[in-house]
Amino acid sequence: MSSMKLVDLEKKLIAVARANPPSDRVPLAFEKRIMALIKGRPVQDAWAVWARALWYAAAPCVAVMLLFSGWAFVESAKTNQTPTVDLAQQLDNTLLAAVDQNNDASR
Amino acid sequence: MERTEAELIAAVLKGDAASFEPLIEKYSPRVFATARRYARRESEIEDIVQEVWLKAYQKLGSFRGEAPFEHWLMRLAVRTCYDFLRSHQRNRESAFSDLSEPEDDWLERFIHQPGAIKEDADAAQQLVQRVLQQLSPPARLVITLLEIEDRSVKEISRLTGWSVPLVKVRAFRARAEMRKILAKIAKDKYL
Repeated sequence: MSSMKLVDLEKKLIAVARANPPSDRVPLAFEKRIMALIKGRPVQDAWAVWARALWYAAAPCVAVMLLFSGWAFVESAKTNQTPTVDLAQQLDNTLLAAVDQNNDASR
Repeated sequence: MERTEAELIAAVLKGDAASFEPLIEKYSPRVFATARRYARRESEIEDIVQEVWLKAYQKLGSFRGEAPFEHWLMRLAVRTCYDFLRSHQRNRESAFSDLSEPEDDWLERFIHQPGAIKEDADAAQQLVQRVLQQLSPPARLVITLLEIEDRSVKEISRLTGWSVPLVKVRAFRARAEMRKILAKIAKDKYL
C-alpha cells in the first residue's frame, strides 16, 4: 500500500470516528447510585482536612503529655526523698550550661 | 422554581448533598459520551463515570465559578479517562492478525474502491476502535481530542493540564504512531 493510500486510510478512519459519535445513554437510576455513594460524605475543603488532622493529633499529644507528667511526678517524688537541687535549679543549670562553659573558658 | 447551577453548588458546599443530584442528571450524558470514547465495556464506562462524579463531589470546594461548571467537570472527566487508559495500557491489543472478516472486507473495498465505502459501516467503526486501542495513552487522548472531537490545541491544553508545546509534541508523535500502526496493517495484509 503506498504512503498516499495510508494517509487516505488515516483520514477515512478519522472521518468514520467523527461520523459515529459515542452514545450518551445513561443507565437507569444512575444518579441514585451516585447519590447513595456520596450520601453522608462531607465535601472536603482544606480547612476541614486541617481541622480533622488537628483532632486526630490531639489524642496522641494528650497521651504523651500524661506520660511525661507521670514520669516527672515519679521523678520529683524520688528526688524529694533525697533532697539535692530542685527541678527549677536543674533546668537553669541545663539551659545555662553553654554560657557557664564559655565563662569558664575565658577565665 | 428551578434552581440555578450556582445555587445548587452553593447548597452542596453548605452540606446539602441532595442538591448534587440535579447536576448529575444534567451532565451525566456528556460524561458517559466522553467515557465511551476511551473504554468499551459498559462496566468500565460506568466505573469511570462514577469516579468522575465522586471526584467532582469531593473537589467541589475547588470550583471557583470563574468558568462554567461543565468545563470544570469535563476537565475532570478527561483526566479520569486518561488515568483509566494509563492503568489499562497493558490490555492494548498486540497484533492485527485477528482482523475480523468484515474489517478485512472493508479494508479490501477501501483499497479498490475508496469512494464507494460507507463511513457508518460497523466494520469501519470496529477498525477505528482497533487502531485507537493500539495507541499509547497520550497518543489516544490527543488523537481523540484533536482529530476526532476537533478541539483546538489550547482547549486540549486546558482539558489535560499539559502545556501547549507539550500538546503539539504529543500530537505530532500520536500521528506518527497512528501511521505506524496503519502501515503495519497494510504490511500484514498486502505484503
